[in-house]
Amino acid sequence: MLLPRRIVSGIQHIGHRVIESVWRLGIASRFFILVLLKSGTSLRRFNLVIRELYFTGVLSLIIIVVSGLFVGMVLGLQGYETLQKYGSESAVGTLVALSLVRELGPVVAALLFASRAGSAITAEIGLMKATEQLAAMGMMAVDPIARVVAPRFWSGVISMPFLAAIFSVMGVFGGYLVTVVFIGVDEGSYWSQMQSAVDFRFDIMNGFIKSCFFGVAVTAIAVFEGYDAPPTAEGVSGATTRTVVTSSLVILGLDFILTAFMFRGVS
Amino acid sequence: MTSENLIEISGLNFSYDTRAILKGIDMTMQRGKVIAIMGGSGSGKTTLLRLIGGTIQPTSGYVKFAGKVVHELDRDALFKLRRKMGMLFQFGALFTDLSVFDNVAFQMREHTNLPESMIRDLVLMKLHAVGLRGAQHLMPNALSGGMARRVALARSIALDPMLIMYDEPFTGLDPISLSVIGNLIRRLTDALGMTSIVVTHDVQESLKIVDYVYFIADGVIAAEGTPKEVRESIAPFVHQFVHGEEDGPVPFHYPAQSYRKDLNLENALA
Repeated sequence: MLLPRRIVSGIQHIGHRVIESVWRLGIASRFFILVLLKSGTSLRRFNLVIRELYFTGVLSLIIIVVSGLFVGMVLGLQGYETLQKYGSESAVGTLVALSLVRELGPVVAALLFASRAGSAITAEIGLMKATEQLAAMGMMAVDPIARVVAPRFWSGVISMPFLAAIFSVMGVFGGYLVTVVFIGVDEGSYWSQMQSAVDFRFDIMNGFIKSCFFGVAVTAIAVFEGYDAPPTAEGVSGATTRTVVTSSLVILGLDFILTAFMFRGVS
Repeated sequence: MTSENLIEISGLNFSYDTRAILKGIDMTMQRGKVIAIMGGSGSGKTTLLRLIGGTIQPTSGYVKFAGKVVHELDRDALFKLRRKMGMLFQFGALFTDLSVFDNVAFQMREHTNLPESMIRDLVLMKLHAVGLRGAQHLMPNALSGGMARRVALARSIALDPMLIMYDEPFTGLDPISLSVIGNLIRRLTDALGMTSIVVTHDVQESLKIVDYVYFIADGVIAAEGTPKEVRESIAPFVHQFVHGEEDGPVPFHYPAQSYRKDLNLENALA
């Protein structure tokens, strides 16, 4: 029995897309391994990484600090409104700290990092490719993956946990501002409840591990998309968009998987 | 005889998928000469430079540089070979995050252990040779097109290569910059004892400075000779190219069905 041509072409189209995606994933994985193998230069000449740390880490500070502050303030406000119904507004510090350290700190900081630094990395590498700077480097017998890609990758991996930590600290401070300073929750109970509820091993370390994973994922996607971008204005803009979209989805997906492993059975 | 030739190309074929770009190219390039490779857009000139630089592999045939077959070298040997080559890209391809000084110093810092004071002196000498010593602190976005190409030229001679390849060095330049770049190519080649390959379609400017010309059309060498021979050539393709004639062996019209048929006039007059 012959299937109608439209159905056949539809199936072919889906198959084509799936094969293309798997193919691209393979290329990305090989690229990732290549970046790791060629990281020797970055480690030997660490000033290359430090220079990139300024662009990816330091320049992302403003957005991380301000966003962290506001997220903490909103958490404090919403937490207080709900908790006071049950007369346990003194637990607001615990709520703010646990939400931030376990989830919001690493996840929101990584989302902001993807849109601030990830997109910048993709655009920069993509434009270097489009303007033949990478080809010129290759012709000068300097490997662009070792000299351009690897330092950017490591700078992202290093700066992400710090940014997530700063985000959480600013959030806790934002919660303090709203609940203690403006609303008048007892300062002692805000800090002491937080101190007794937040566990270093389960909460802070797990949040740190999450942000490390996100750092690797976001920067790996950003450098790959930049290096793989078609060398045209349209190609670079498309790659930048893909970096932000793919990174965001990967961050949220990874967060679910990591949370399932880390916090199962933890009260 | 062989030692006089820096580059020997024999039976070189290259295809993208099934589309043949170069078909059986044979060339020799003597040391210390400026050689022009001319041809229309898309005739495979830049592909030839890439094959010499080893960034792509030939389908068959070979390019021999200083006695070594380029595509047979492993990565390390190829990178070693490339230190003897310089390449000037069409729009300079300067590193936009580095100053003019750091662009020229790039290769010295990457490939040598020279002290910074010596690198400084060498960079200033290279920049002086292209007349831009005063522009050492500028960033690439502050340079004009001609200046950017001069800086790129200083960068490509940083390690005193044996060969410099110029990919369309005259594109988009004003007449003054054009003749500055042309004269620099000739002067630097003579002063440093290098060999230069200039890929271009700027006939008049390049005929002033080169020693030998190869014309490539449809992936084969359509003609070759000294500038004098080329100017006097009566071969139809060379004549059309050198004098910029609209129609000839390279047709004005892209192949199409009959004009009358396209306008649906075939039946109108019948």
